Amino acid sequence: MYEFNYRKVDSVAAAVEAMQQAEDGKFVAGGQTMLPTMKHRLASPSDLIDLGGVAELTVVNVEDGNLTVGAMTTHAAVAASAEVQRAIPALARLAGNIGDPAVRNRGTIGGSIANHDPAADYPAAVIALGATVQTSKRAIPAEEFFTGMFETALEEDEIVTSVSFPLPEAAAYMKFENPASRYAIVGVFVAKTGGEVRVGVTGATACAHRGLLLEEAMGGELDASGIDSVELPVEQMNSDIHASAEYRAHLVKVMTKRAVEACR
Amino acid sequence: MSTVSMTVNGKAVCGEVESRTLLVQFLRENLGLTGTHVGCDTSQCGACVIHVNGKSVKSCTMLAIQADGADVTTIEGLADEAGLHPMQQAFMDNHGLQCGFCTPGMVMSALDIVNRNGNELDESTVRKELEGNICRCTGYHNIVKAVQAGAKAMGGS
Ligand SMILES: Cc1cc2nc3c(=O)[nH]c(=O)nc-3n(C[C@H](O)[C@H](O)[C@H](O)COP(=O)(O)OP(=O)(O)OC[C@H]3O[C@@H](n4cnc5c(N)ncnc54)[C@H](O)[C@@H]3O)c2cc1C
Ligand code: FES
Ligand code: FES
Repeated sequence: MYEFNYRKVDSVAAAVEAMQQAEDGKFVAGGQTMLPTMKHRLASPSDLIDLGGVAELTVVNVEDGNLTVGAMTTHAAVAASAEVQRAIPALARLAGNIGDPAVRNRGTIGGSIANHDPAADYPAAVIALGATVQTSKRAIPAEEFFTGMFETALEEDEIVTSVSFPLPEAAAYMKFENPASRYAIVGVFVAKTGGEVRVGVTGATACAHRGLLLEEAMGGELDASGIDSVELPVEQMNSDIHASAEYRAHLVKVMTKRAVEACR
Repeated sequence: MSTVSMTVNGKAVCGEVESRTLLVQFLRENLGLTGTHVGCDTSQCGACVIHVNGKSVKSCTMLAIQADGADVTTIEGLADEAGLHPMQQAFMDNHGLQCGFCTPGMVMSALDIVNRNGNELDESTVRKELEGNICRCTGYHNIVKAVQAGAKAMGGS
């Protein structure tokens, strides 16, 4: 890891200002992706701006039919939160199955979605629940937030401050995990919100996305009977040592069926 | 260089670090606390697990400067004059270690498991909770037994 200037800030405004002053700055949240990336010298920021001391980023509350989770809320805190367990139990379970306990004690929801690893869990939930990503500049709808592999709609000096999830009538997440890292080989989040059924898919392709073909096959209901006959575009699926494209396409359907079953 | 100060195993310590100094480097190289091991340096193996403000973290994936002001516990902080901590004793009694390289991380993770799940742990809970700790000697059966026994002993039964 190359040396950098470490900047500890105590507010979102101070973090943005520090970023604007830095030659080539980066934010760090839980550091569970950022520090390994810097060790590999895949990133070598001039300044590392630590969001760890920004208290305003750790709120969790339910208001006006929305669960809002502050960006710096750790996976462990989401998993253990009585409020999240009551409002969207599937989200608490998702957080409790990210990585391992030590990763969950540091890793954050804001870091996870800002990083947008194609195998990360949260993006599937953010998309299926039709969440809104609140930033230091604006509110970004889930479907516009994830733009490509490790790419999001965020600008350089823009901070995710929280994620707001409308409360669903039913929701479930099923992941076929890599047994070594626990990242999703394929993860499918199914949610019914305001009468509408949505499917969020992660791990399968370069970019977390809405499973429109799957939604169509369900005809707006929590009904998986038509899933088997869906033809997913195999050529768009990831293929690596863990799973071929064909296998991933198959897994998407299996995970979807299991998630629908778990919703009912 | 910056100065960091923290409490390590109940003692106030301070030292000069670079921004990029990892917490595990600070513990091992500045403080000479070499019980915390580096197995992978890539956040996977859990040999470096310690407690920061009461929670388990991988000390290879945290900067020393991020622990400024924190309360840190390492494997060296467990035993006292009376002898080994019950969890350490349980690892010894249950043959929970072979080469011992992973053991400090296993023990620190085990204590975190007890903190969150209590003293009566079933096997599947322990296995799931130890997902972040890898034993190169693959002695998992006895490690799981040791964690269960240690948890019980900590409860005083
Ligand atoms: C062993 C291991 C196993 C893992 N397993 C899983 C898994 O099963 N599923 C899964 O989903 N993830 C997994 N992860 C990733 C983990 O969830 C990370 O915590 C997460 O990807 C990044 O979150 P972080 O808070 O650590 O962010 P950091 O590493 O601090 O930051 C990541 C990136 O996001 C940016 N960033 C962070 N916060 C913000 C913000 N508020 N606004 C704007 N930009 C920001 C940073 O600048 C950086 O580019 C694993 C990680 C490890 C080490
Ligand atoms: S050395 Fe830290 S996880 Fe392996
Ligand atoms: S006892 Fe040798 S690595 Fe676990």
